[in-house]
Amino acid sequence: MSNKINHSMSLAQPDALNITNTQKIALAIGVVGLFILALALFNTNFPNKGLFLTLSLGAIFGGVILYSRSAYLTKLEGIKNDGVWFKSISSRGVLGWMLGVLLTTFYIVLYFFPTYLGLGTNGEANSGLIGFFDPLSQLLSGRDASQWFVYGVLYTVAILAFGYKFLLKYRHNRYQQLRTGSVMFFQLGFAFLIPEFMYVMNNDLPYYDLKSIWPLNYYIFDEWSVKGFLSTGNIGIALLLFGLLSIFVITPILTYKYGKRWYCSWVCGCGGLAETAGDSFRQLSSKKMYAWKIERWLIHTVLVFSIVMTVAMVYSYLGYEKNDFWLTRGVFISLVIGLLTVVFAAVMYFKRQELGKDAKMGAIGYAVVIALLLIMHYTGTTDHLFYIKAGALRSAYGLYIGSIFSGVIGTGFYPILGNRSWCRFGCPMAAILGFQQRLFSKFRITTNGGQCISCGNCSNSCEMGIDVRAYAQKGENIVRSSCVGCGICSAVCPRGVLKLENDSMKGRINPTEVLLGNDVDLMDLLNNK
Amino acid sequence: MEHIAIIGNGISGVTLARHIRKNSDKKITIISGETEYFFSRTALMYIYMGHMKFEHTQPYENWFWEKNRIELKQGFVKQVDTDTKTLHFAEGDTLQYDKLVIATGSKPNKFGWPGQDLEGVMGMYHKQDLENLEKYAPNKDVCKRAVIVGGGLIGIEMAEMLNSRGIPVTFLVREDSFWNGVLPSGESEMINRHIKNHHIDLRLSTNLKEIVSDADGKVKSIIIEETGEEIPCNVVGLTAGVAPNIDFLRESDIEIGRGVKVNRFLETNLPDIYAIGDCAEQHEAIGNRRPIEAVWYTGRMMGEVLAQTICGNKMEYKPGHWFNSAKFLDIEYQTYGWVFSDRNKSEFEAHFHWKHTDDTKCITVAYHKDTNTFLGINTFGIRMRHEVFDRWLTENRDVDYVMNHLAEANFDPEFYSKFETEILNAYTNQLQTI
Ligand SMILES: Cc1cc2nc3c(=O)[nH]c(=O)nc-3n(C[C@H](O)[C@H](O)[C@H](O)COP(=O)(O)OP(=O)(O)OC[C@H]3O[C@@H](n4cnc5c(N)ncnc54)[C@H](O)[C@@H]3O)c2cc1C
Ligand code: SF4
Ligand code: SF4
Repeated sequence: MSNKINHSMSLAQPDALNITNTQKIALAIGVVGLFILALALFNTNFPNKGLFLTLSLGAIFGGVILYSRSAYLTKLEGIKNDGVWFKSISSRGVLGWMLGVLLTTFYIVLYFFPTYLGLGTNGEANSGLIGFFDPLSQLLSGRDASQWFVYGVLYTVAILAFGYKFLLKYRHNRYQQLRTGSVMFFQLGFAFLIPEFMYVMNNDLPYYDLKSIWPLNYYIFDEWSVKGFLSTGNIGIALLLFGLLSIFVITPILTYKYGKRWYCSWVCGCGGLAETAGDSFRQLSSKKMYAWKIERWLIHTVLVFSIVMTVAMVYSYLGYEKNDFWLTRGVFISLVIGLLTVVFAAVMYFKRQELGKDAKMGAIGYAVVIALLLIMHYTGTTDHLFYIKAGALRSAYGLYIGSIFSGVIGTGFYPILGNRSWCRFGCPMAAILGFQQRLFSKFRITTNGGQCISCGNCSNSCEMGIDVRAYAQKGENIVRSSCVGCGICSAVCPRGVLKLENDSMKGRINPTEVLLGNDVDLMDLLNNK
Repeated sequence: MEHIAIIGNGISGVTLARHIRKNSDKKITIISGETEYFFSRTALMYIYMGHMKFEHTQPYENWFWEKNRIELKQGFVKQVDTDTKTLHFAEGDTLQYDKLVIATGSKPNKFGWPGQDLEGVMGMYHKQDLENLEKYAPNKDVCKRAVIVGGGLIGIEMAEMLNSRGIPVTFLVREDSFWNGVLPSGESEMINRHIKNHHIDLRLSTNLKEIVSDADGKVKSIIIEETGEEIPCNVVGLTAGVAPNIDFLRESDIEIGRGVKVNRFLETNLPDIYAIGDCAEQHEAIGNRRPIEAVWYTGRMMGEVLAQTICGNKMEYKPGHWFNSAKFLDIEYQTYGWVFSDRNKSEFEAHFHWKHTDDTKCITVAYHKDTNTFLGINTFGIRMRHEVFDRWLTENRDVDYVMNHLAEANFDPEFYSKFETEILNAYTNQLQTI
């Protein structure tokens, strides 16, 4: 079919042909901003770093803002998806691949070779890109920048600038506006500014982004982190308690009431970046059945890994002859196994029916975790767990999951796999929240009777790769553990078929054979049998 | 094993096949001359606009058919021999059936305009029409202007499509206001303004006289009936309605009128032959419905019902309350029950109309003037719950009840502004002034 499918692969037809002059100027301004950063990276000695840094970030902001205004404010309010599958950058064309390679390289350097970015080692001063950010870091917390500070600034800039773009794109949709405002706020405040200020207040506190919850925040229970909290008196203890509360109390309550969206698309930073800077790539997620199968295997494996890894970490530092904590290894491991058993038993008791075939997989997963923990308990020594050095497990997790999966693949591959591949295939937090969303939550996407025309807009724009249409065209509500409640499926549906809502648990999952609108006798016959 | 052959892989044929498979083990073959796999015709516009690729409009993955043992045959049925139960394909081969279902959908109307078969003139129904449009209107340099003839749902979609690529559009509408054979005037006029806001050159009360050819047999311009004005253009979209796609049956013994004539069991005049979807014509209209209903939902419902009959549970086609929906550029439209246009409404049908000051949202509620019974609602820019209106219609609620409980039916996304109070106030004020 001739629908320009190949055009995006052709360099001779760059997208720039179709954009207005204002948009070209905006792009140029943004590129100047990036160019200054590039110069800094190659150790250009700027006379006044602070000024040039301001200029550079200002140009990036300005470029995105100008571009978005010209793209959206010149048109009437409504869905703005024209040409997304024609544009090279958003349809896995040459530009998309180039961007993917660029981002991936950036992440690899960031995680594994920060010295290339100019990180000063052994007490040397920073140079290059990281040195370029020293003035800003000094201003905020009185210390020199690190690669994480640079990353944090760029991350925040991306969420704010592209968040603005998103706000204009969906200016007719209050739900989209509010949740985007929310992720922008949490990124700027909680992930970026508050930790800096906390450091100013008490520089022994470990870096703590309050909204980042275990197991997404996989280092919160590391020895250095817990010690850091415990050694800083009441604030530290309060923070550690807050960390525990957010996992065991706040998260379950909010997820019960609103679904996992309260976190994934209103609060979380990974989600925040995906929804703003990643918005142009949402259609790239695969909706195929096999992708769903891979997803379920991968994400639950990561979950098991993260639980076992965290328990092992804590377990290892509880093992010292005289530990600073009141727990002993035996008590700790029993507590963990007890908790897991209670959760498992409750699910089996209340939800056996709903789980169907998945119950078996759940049982296997549970058995694997318990078995691993017991093996660890009975074979572990002070410095070896699972016959490997205690720290190795944690490093492996940090490397493969924390860095490679969530950063390099999760974000670097935005233009190839879509904007939420980390959230979908890897995030252990998403797995826990999703598990609860599927079983104990009031949230669902309601399908509006028989109104669906199977057009596919909803599935196409679902960043989590959910085939929304498959449910909607059967008149069935969408209750899926992976749904992050971004609401875009509902926004783009041209027939008003989908509504995200919180309602009673009863009748939430409603498979139907015959849709509303047909003969009532037939509906009775088939739907109530 | 009984062999069910279904001609047409649209929503009606496919729904039928799926339901037969659920209820039985019969051999099923779906035939189509258009595409190998079922796709959603209603999404054609989004392909041209670049929202989706063709493959995204296919509601089922390609493995689905084999897994459910539904055979797909690509080919065009040229002739049906009902005596020997044989289908003859244009490609030369044949196929035997035990039961035959005709689900061949529609084709665009052409009213004998001079030049209607020139290159660059097309309807917008089949995938081939889309390919044609892509060929003649890939961008605004190749297609300097397009003219669309016929102000219905497909016409406005086609205008939106061309508009998305920056191609100037002239939109010829025979009526004096857009789609006002169906919409009450307040709504229709609001849509007129919305169309113009999108910089589409809307020409009301305007008919096509002829399409003018250039030296190579391509469209050069069109001429307007009323004024004789000549409008240069490279593409002409013919969207003046559709008609059943049944020419290949004219030689057969199957009774046809405008469509394939069927009774309430969707049976034709011949045993073991049925017709569903756009191409089926009821002997007598059901309620307020038209004898031929070229809408998605009707095709689907007929498929659901006929599957029962074919699987031995003979069942009449008894559609529930009417509903429908569409989208006019940025404005969504839904309807439940019956709201007739000023031209078509009966003397007992009264309307309450409310319009938001932003000129993109409005509702019209139809009720019986004497009994106050609620008859139906049209809503623009506000989503409503199908289930709630379906229930109210069944319960024969009166209009006061509906107006007072409108909030229950709201289906807009969370945090949207609500207009029920404003609507109710307008409603009560209006009653007082009468
Ligand atoms: C652009 C567009 C937008 C629309 N939007 C809406 C909407 O929003 N809401 C709504 O309710 N309806 C809408 N409709 C109408 C809706 O799509 C049709 O009512 C519906 O698709 C009809 O389905 P069907 O199964 O009866 O036939 P079709 O979908 O037309 O399928 C029939 C198939 O049979 C094939 N066929 C025909 N004759 C032969 C033959 N002799 N041999 C082999 N194959 C043959 C055809 O090629 C076709 O593939 C829209 C239609 C169009 C064109
Ligand atoms: S199903 Fe809808 S709300 Fe959920 S993630 Fe997909 S697009 Fe977002
Ligand atoms: S976008 Fe709406 S109409 Fe289209 S398939 Fe999804 S639910 Fe159905």
